[in-house]
Amino acid sequence: MASLWEYANPKKFIDTTSRFIPWLFGSALICLVTGLVWGFFFTPDDFRQGSTVKIIYLHVPSALMAINAWLMMLVASLIWIVRRHHVSALAARAAAPVGVVMTLIALATGAIWGQPMWGTWWAWDPRLTSFLILFLFYLGYIALWEAIENDDTAADLTSILCLVGSVFALLSRYAVNFWNQGLHQGASLSLDKEENVHDVFYHPLLICIAGFVLLFIALVFLRTQTEIRARRMRALMARERLTA
Amino acid sequence: MKALLLRDIRLAIRAGGGFGLGLAFFLIVVVLVPFGVGPQSELLSRIAAGTLWIGALLACLLSLDRIFALDWEDGSLDLLATAPLPMEAIAAIKALAHWLTTGLPLVLAAPILAVLLNLPAAGYGPLILSLLLGTPALSMIGTFGAALTVGLKRGGLLLSLLVLPLYVPTLIFGAEAARRGVDGFDTTTPMLMLAGITCGTIALLPFAAAAVLRVNLR
Repeated sequence: MASLWEYANPKKFIDTTSRFIPWLFGSALICLVTGLVWGFFFTPDDFRQGSTVKIIYLHVPSALMAINAWLMMLVASLIWIVRRHHVSALAARAAAPVGVVMTLIALATGAIWGQPMWGTWWAWDPRLTSFLILFLFYLGYIALWEAIENDDTAADLTSILCLVGSVFALLSRYAVNFWNQGLHQGASLSLDKEENVHDVFYHPLLICIAGFVLLFIALVFLRTQTEIRARRMRALMARERLTA
Repeated sequence: MKALLLRDIRLAIRAGGGFGLGLAFFLIVVVLVPFGVGPQSELLSRIAAGTLWIGALLACLLSLDRIFALDWEDGSLDLLATAPLPMEAIAAIKALAHWLTTGLPLVLAAPILAVLLNLPAAGYGPLILSLLLGTPALSMIGTFGAALTVGLKRGGLLLSLLVLPLYVPTLIFGAEAARRGVDGFDTTTPMLMLAGITCGTIALLPFAAAAVLRVNLR
């Protein structure tokens, strides 16, 4: 019977993902080009925000992926702790730098938008602050991976850090709400709301989000493959040194 | 358990244990702040509560790597691991010893240093109470961080990078409670949240710290 855990086999993982990666990159490219071109050139300016509203097509998807990347790392860490599949630990490791970049894109586009709209590059608003804290969590996680030489120890320690960090990141998210009132507008998208962003902006935004998701999956697959191959190479070199 | 606690406290207090270092660091941070922001007394009294909280947090951070490093180097951590005491208890006791030798002195020193920063009279009670409630969480989180980095050669800087983001909620509620006390507002909500964080960390983090220690001792 085919099971999801078959893909815990590194070889099987590489074979399967290799088949998907070109398609994922291709469709991500198509989605992003369509969404961004549609969004940038074929939607009207907002009557209050003018053309600056269009940064939403980068800001919202990257912010979404910044959080989802951490969630993916959390799930992968749990799988590593429970079932000890190396591919899972490596996937968590591979996702972290992508998540950092997404966080940075969200922070940077937010600052660029905030300058003309709020009149400031940065405000200690709850959402902005919690994203900055998320960025620090990513940095700590990556630094811990880099610092430990033994692969299994590193995987164990970082996965526990990811679990503990998730709790504290969530705690910080609500603590900063308490600490300062926000400038940031409410959620742009949510499942339980009647009205989200206006339809004109909504459709290209959805396509952009799809593009970011596909791009994220493709990048994580590719980076996980690289990690697996790098580890394989280290093992081969160690063996050679032993026999030589 | 008691023997371990007493041993840790004795090691920390005696020469070379660095008992006074945290306090001295706290003092220096508080002395440096007026040099940085200027000596106007009303400005100082406005930032006094936050400065004292940050000073206490940094002083706490400075002493974290001592929790496990020495025991790791001379092998007594391996002995402790084979002792009948569960690892979780060891982590909790280490955190308690750290709090008694670092957190508690900081809390006691805070009102004296608050005079230097011209803290308004109404702020003393909430400041001390918030530090008393918050510093155990700092010690417990720090113990987890120290357990994570114990096997590393130069773990000190990494330890700060890992632990400081975890300190954010404690700092937010602690400093907010102290600030509200200074301004004469009701401090119940942040105090309760702070107590909640402390209880939560004491209940859960010994398990995480023990898991991490087991990995490091493998």
